Amino acid sequence: MLAVKNIETWYDLIRALHGISFEIKQGDIVALLGSNGAGKTTTLKTIMRLLEDDQPEKGTIEFMGKRIDRMDTEEIVRLGISYVPEGREVFPELTVMENIQMGAYTRKDRQGIKDDIEGILKQFPILSERRNQQAGHLSGGEQQMLAIGRALMSRPKLLMLDEPSLGLSPLLTKEIFGIIQRINREGVTILLVEQNVNMALKYSHYAFLMENGRIVRADKPEVLREDDDVKEFYLGIATETSAKGYKRYRRKVRFR
Amino acid sequence: MFEMLLIEGLAIGACYGLFGVAVAIIYKTSDVVNFAQGEMGMMSTFVAYQIMTVYGWPFYIAFPATLIFAIVLGMAIEFCFLRPAKEPTVLGLLILTLGAEMLLMGLAGWKWGAEQKDFPFLLSVHDTIEIFPGFALNEWTIGVFVLTSVVMVLLFLFFRYSKLGIAMRATQQNENAAKIMGIKVERVFSITWGMSSLIGALAAMFFAARSVLDPNFMMEPFMRAFAAAVLGGLTSIPGVVIGGLILGITENFFGYAWPEWKPIVAFVVIILIITVRPSGLFTKHYVKKV
Repeated sequence: MLAVKNIETWYDLIRALHGISFEIKQGDIVALLGSNGAGKTTTLKTIMRLLEDDQPEKGTIEFMGKRIDRMDTEEIVRLGISYVPEGREVFPELTVMENIQMGAYTRKDRQGIKDDIEGILKQFPILSERRNQQAGHLSGGEQQMLAIGRALMSRPKLLMLDEPSLGLSPLLTKEIFGIIQRINREGVTILLVEQNVNMALKYSHYAFLMENGRIVRADKPEVLREDDDVKEFYLGIATETSAKGYKRYRRKVRFR
Repeated sequence: MFEMLLIEGLAIGACYGLFGVAVAIIYKTSDVVNFAQGEMGMMSTFVAYQIMTVYGWPFYIAFPATLIFAIVLGMAIEFCFLRPAKEPTVLGLLILTLGAEMLLMGLAGWKWGAEQKDFPFLLSVHDTIEIFPGFALNEWTIGVFVLTSVVMVLLFLFFRYSKLGIAMRATQQNENAAKIMGIKVERVFSITWGMSSLIGALAAMFFAARSVLDPNFMMEPFMRAFAAAVLGGLTSIPGVVIGGLILGITENFFGYAWPEWKPIVAFVVIILIITVRPSGLFTKHYVKKV
């Protein structure tokens, strides 16, 4: 459905993505994992074309057989990709209702929008309760739900979520992941960026592991879960201990 | 005497407020104080003057033509001056508007000359209409009140209920998120400038009808309107109009008592407000919690 081929993204003189390729199949939940600064968010932003106008420097992005690299963001939204940015980014001084309406900005069918708003409010009862409150006054979890609901309003085929669990309690994280799973069952393909590797591996169908702007592992979560490196550095299950009880160096992971 | 001062102050204050709204609309969407606002209005007023006195066409043709010109002018300035700015800072954009101001003033001086002209406006300051027995207002005053109220109501409805209006507010609050929603941010800015220029031109024509028309005539009204906008809080449209009314009344009463000090009222107000309550009287701005 989404095919990213060999993209390179630069921030001025710094190359953030060193030729990344991956593919997402329709109907999957795909997780993009990695530590801070690995280039996960950059990948999503490159796909949405939110960076400088001349990025990605190299490579192609195809969505449903159509090239979307260097297309304008609003056209990409129209094609059916929706993006929930890191840190939620709701419109703080708009009401919850207005935020949701903005999600349908690219759509013209009034009745359809009305029905979808009803659907979203049913799905997230808490938003329905607070529909006339300013979004900035919601709690973190409510804002995350609002951001997801807002992103669904454009009726996306592919929903990209950037760290939906950021700053949420374990309980709320679980709830959000439950919601993501439900959305996926309704037929939306999901690309998920996460630092919470444990949760992400639990819910995804396929996962990519990124490090320093490269994809270093790509496999099913069951396989990754058993991988020694992943276990040790992402899941925190130590297998061998040194004299001091921790390992000082991690094994070098090379590009496949 | 008291009523006259009050009404006169309210009328001129409404005019300041209206012009302040033009400044506030641009400030709201892009955090830039548009210093070219006065000259944009001046330019539009000169176009109206040209159509009426040189081409000799009636007011009801000149008026809409001027408004269309104002919209085009606003969009053109945004397109030619602000949009090409690479990685702009607010200060950089502000200076760009100053440059645009000087350019417009120079253009007007070259085309129409520096001498003062009378602006033939539909509503006169001298003709009065008796609204009810014993209470008369001049046409200009009535015009200002009606226009300001209409513009206010339309703006309120626009920003509250129309999709584009909400999108404009959204863009102001979070440009990146607006982009993600599929809002064409650049088009939003363009429309903002068009709208602002339109409202500015309306107010400028009223100012011209009261005083005279020359390339500098909007300097002082702009400063006063800016003071009014700061007083009300630059991001709240009703606040700006109320700020305008307060400033108008204050200035008028102050000017009655000490005529020679009248021009400084606006500036004293700016200083007071910025030191005491920088966000203005009527705004509660959302501060992002980290």
